[in-house]
Order: sequence, then structure tokens, then C-alpha cells
Amino acid sequence: MHRNLAAPAAAVAALTLCIGSAFAAGEPVIGLITKTETNPFFVKMKEGATAEAKAKGAKLLSGAGKADGDNAGQVTAMENMIAAGAKTILITPSDSKAIIPAIKKAQEKGVMVIALDSPTDPADATDALFATDNYKAGVLIGEYAKVALAGKPAKIVTLDLFPGHPVGAQRHNGFLQGFGLPSNDAKNNELAKPAEVVCSADSFGDRAKGQTAMENCLQKAPDVNLVYTINEPAAAGAYNALKKAGKEKNVIIVSVDGGCEGVENVGKGVIAATSQQYPLKMASMGVAAGVDYAKTGKKVSGYTDTGVTLIAAKPVPGVQSVDVKTGLSMCWGKK
Amino acid sequence: MEKLKDKLPPISQLGPFIALVIACIFFAVTTDRFFSAENLSLILQQVMVVGVLAIGQTLIILTAGIDLSCGMLMALGSIVMTKFAADLGMPTVLAVLCGIGVTVLFGFINGWLVTTIRLPPFIVTLGTFNVAFAITQLYSQAQTVTEVPDAMVWLGNTFKLGGGAVSYGVVLMIVLYVLVWLWLRETGAGRHVYAVGNNPEATRLVGIPTERVLLGVYVLAGLFYGIAALLAVARTGVGDPNAGQTENLDTITAVVLGGTSLFGGRGVILGSLAGAVVVGVLRNGLTLMGVSSVYQVLVTGILVILAVSVDQLSRKSVR
Repeated sequence: MHRNLAAPAAAVAALTLCIGSAFAAGEPVIGLITKTETNPFFVKMKEGATAEAKAKGAKLLSGAGKADGDNAGQVTAMENMIAAGAKTILITPSDSKAIIPAIKKAQEKGVMVIALDSPTDPADATDALFATDNYKAGVLIGEYAKVALAGKPAKIVTLDLFPGHPVGAQRHNGFLQGFGLPSNDAKNNELAKPAEVVCSADSFGDRAKGQTAMENCLQKAPDVNLVYTINEPAAAGAYNALKKAGKEKNVIIVSVDGGCEGVENVGKGVIAATSQQYPLKMASMGVAAGVDYAKTGKKVSGYTDTGVTLIAAKPVPGVQSVDVKTGLSMCWGKK
Repeated sequence: MEKLKDKLPPISQLGPFIALVIACIFFAVTTDRFFSAENLSLILQQVMVVGVLAIGQTLIILTAGIDLSCGMLMALGSIVMTKFAADLGMPTVLAVLCGIGVTVLFGFINGWLVTTIRLPPFIVTLGTFNVAFAITQLYSQAQTVTEVPDAMVWLGNTFKLGGGAVSYGVVLMIVLYVLVWLWLRETGAGRHVYAVGNNPEATRLVGIPTERVLLGVYVLAGLFYGIAALLAVARTGVGDPNAGQTENLDTITAVVLGGTSLFGGRGVILGSLAGAVVVGVLRNGLTLMGVSSVYQVLVTGILVILAVSVDQLSRKSVR
């Protein structure tokens, strides 16, 4: 009988002690929930949050879903962090809608919730959003591609994310807008498809699937001269497909992300230009806001653009860009 | 009597080939670029990885098992072979053998747990799926291995054949299918695989070492996953730690579409190849038509349900 009770009692005691010590130290507790633990983008995000928390004397808890799209895992992580005394939650929502009830519950308990990298749907479900302007990221590579094509009639292949994802739509539509083609605005989740887009396929942001998608598009449109890709792994896959078809020299590939592998590929001529985003900045701004909230009780609100920079090996006139070396100094992932 | 019935292919085994022909005719009519040697050889290149994985999956399903770990074992194998070559400077052949060795080892672990501890294959391979995923991520630090020696991607090279470019990997896939088909049909060991899946108790009673057969099947499957790992490297030109996460369901789809019964003991290996190709044809054809990839998922789902229903109904009619 005693033994049966001992274990749970000890667990409760330990838990109380844990929570107690978190409060006792008087340091603000901040929770960071990413989509996955393994993606270099989120690894960099965690790095930024950890450094900022250390500098500001805050305690950082971190968690993630098991895979991209795992909403339940994120909800569990959020509940556990709030139980551990977190007053600010930083989250990159895996599912922009399904996460909202859990966010509401947290806010009712006085927790400030900030979305990083991707917005919730609607975006005002969180107190604030620190993220890349994905539409602008698309516009930059669109403008670059327009000049780089030098007046040749565009035959565009778009390798998109997957249907219905706002980030996928924003980059796609921004790219077409920047290129000067009829497109949708930043709030529209439909992919615009002007006549110049000769083929669109879903890459799921994955290298192998991007390669398959590009191969199929090459069958449909062998005379493609411009490829837009949702991210750099998809771009690498597209390049592989073009190389196998002996067409890599005549086709311009543009992309979004700014991961170290991607920037290196810009240096190698695989990708012509990419829009770089800054996960480290999103996280450090989030932690700073959390510390501020703990000290002053003031919440942040609205959308903050964490910036995006065009990186190109060969700059074109009229479009501002930085070189590969500068891009590598700011990239995320392993150099 | 029984023998005659075996010789006539039942509808569940002809099904995948009928579906394949219908899909090809449909796309040949609706798009002008589908029916070319170039496009068709491309589809084969796109399914060669899943195709070879599906050989291992078919063998395991024939024994009434299932393997959820196949794709992750492939990813682990391809990371091991590329990293051993790139980081340790190991000769290509040796690095490839190490990669295949790892997948065979995991196949052995799967088989050992299934036969010795008598755990259900579903649970065992769910466990090794996760273990292999974690090892892949940890060992690669979630980074793609790009410094791959040329010799390792040789199977991705192509040669001209009748207007299309056929990759050596596709030839390897077809050769493997034919070899396994002959092995299952013509050798005692191959027929034991069917027997174990059909009725393990009766098989044991006639003196066939069922556990050795089962263990052998899992080890053999590991070998095919290792070959698939090499093909994945050859196709993408890199070692990709994020590969393989959906291949378990993709291979089960191919096997089921191919008419192999999930209850074990019945099916033809060549059907799995047809099943894999059907999925590739749908993906390629719908892209050529400019239709969203969601429809490929929809049609695949419907075909799976059809295939399983046909299998179930034909089982009833036999009994």
C-alpha cells in the first residue's frame, strides 16, 4: 500500500518543487514551441531564443511537434509549459487554425502568445506575430527574375508547397507580382496562374519530390526558362532534374529561405537568387518581448516584419541584393 | 483441382495491370505528351526507389506481416553510405556495402524481435521506424550530405533505348523483380514464404522451420531496403536525412494495389511493381493535365479500397 502511494507522491512533490523553483528564482519563464526539433531553421530559432534568454536572465523551455503538421504535439507542449509557469509562449503553428483553441485557453490564463515565422488563421488569434513577409520575399525574387530574363518571353514553372498553405500562396503570388504578372494580393490563399506559368506542381518543400515535380513539368513544358521554388531543397531537386535533361544552363531558378545549404547553392550557380529570412531574429525578439511582459506587464501586439534580403551571385541592375559571402554570414543551418 | 485454380490468375492479380492500362490509355488520350518513350521511362525512374522498397514489403506482407520501418531504414542506409564516403573517405564500394549492411542489420533486428520475442510486426517495425529516424537525424545532424562520389550515383545515369533514356537503376529494379518472382515460384524456400503466410501452424507441422523462414524474409527485406537506399542516392545525388518518411505507406499502397493480400500467403510480386507504377503514372499524368496533386491522392485512395475489396471478396468466394 505504502509503496503504491510513494511513487505518485514523490512525483507530485518533484513537480511542485520544479514549478516552485521556477517561480522562486524570480526569472521569467518563456516557452518556445517549434514545428519540429530537427529542421535547421528551427534549430537556429532555438539557438536565438536560448542566447537571448541567457542574456536577459530568463528561463527557456522548448518543445516541438513530432513532425510538421502535428498539432496535438504542439498543444501538449503548450499545456506542459504553462503548467511549468511560462507566462509567454512563442510558437510556430504547424496548423494555423487547429492551434487556436489552445491559444485562447492560454490567453485566458494571462499568458501572452506570440506566433513566430507563420501566422495563425486569423492572424489576430495571437497577441503578436514576428515573421518574414513572405509576400515580399516572393516579390524580391520576382523582380530579380524579370531583369535576369532580359526581355525573353517567360515560360515559368512553379514548384509550390502543397495546396492551401498561406505561406505557399504568399511566396507564389508575391513572385508573380514582383515579375509584373497579374497576381493575387497577400491575403489571398489561391495560387494565381497567369498564362506565362506553363506548369505548376507541389514539391512539399522536399528535394526528392521537387525533382519528381520538375521532371514531370519538363515533360509538359520542355522550353521552360524560369523556375520558382517554394524553398531551397525543392530548388536543389529542380536543378537535378534540369541537369539530367541537360537544360540547367538555360533556366533561372529562384527560391526563398536563405539556409546555408541554399546560399551555398547560390554560390555554385544552382540557384540564381534566393530571399533570406531570419529565424534567429524572430526568436530573440520573442524572448525579449516575453521578458518585457514579465517585468512590466505590457504585451506586444500586431505584426513585426523580421526582414528579408535578396541574395544573388550575379546582381542585376535596379534590384538590390547582397552577395553570397554576406548571405553566408547570416544564414541558418550548418555552414 | 487446387493446382488448376492456382494457374489461372484471379481478378485481384490482374487488377493492377488492368488499372495500369486504363490509366495509360486515359492519359494518352487527354494529354499529347504522356505517351512518349521519354515520358514513360521517366515514370519508371520516379518509381524505382519505392519499387525496390516494395519488393521487401511484399515479401513481409506475404508472411502476413507488415513493415513500417522500410523508408526510414532506406534513409539511414543512404546517410550511412554517403557520410562514410564523404566524411571518412571510404572507397565507394565499401561505403555502399556498409550502408546496405546497416539496413540488413535492422532487417535482422526486426526479424529477430518478430520470431524470438514473438512481437507483432506492426509494433516492432513502428519501433525501428522511430529508432532509425532518430539515428538518421542525429548522425547526419539533420544536414544533407552533398559530397557524394560520382560512382555512387552511377545507377542514376541513363542509356538510350528506343527514344527514351533508361536509367541503370530502373534496369536493376526490373532484374530484382524478375529474380524474386522466379525465386518465389520455382524454389522450395520461395514457396515456404507463401506457406508461412497462409497457415503457419500447418507449415510447422509438415516440418518447415517457420521461424527461420520468417527471419530470412526480414533480413532479405533489409537487403532490398539497402539497395533502395543506393537508388535514392543515385536519383537525387545526395544523402537526404529527411527522405523516407512516407515510403512505408507508399510501399504498402503499391503492394495492396498489386493484389497481394494483407492477410498473407497470396499475391504475385510483379503486381507490386504494377502498383508502384500506377501511382507514378497518376502523378505524372495529372501534372501533365495541369491538375492538382490532391486528385492523385484521391484516385490512389479509391484504387486501394477497390483492390482490398476485390481481395476480400475473392477470399470469400474461394472458401
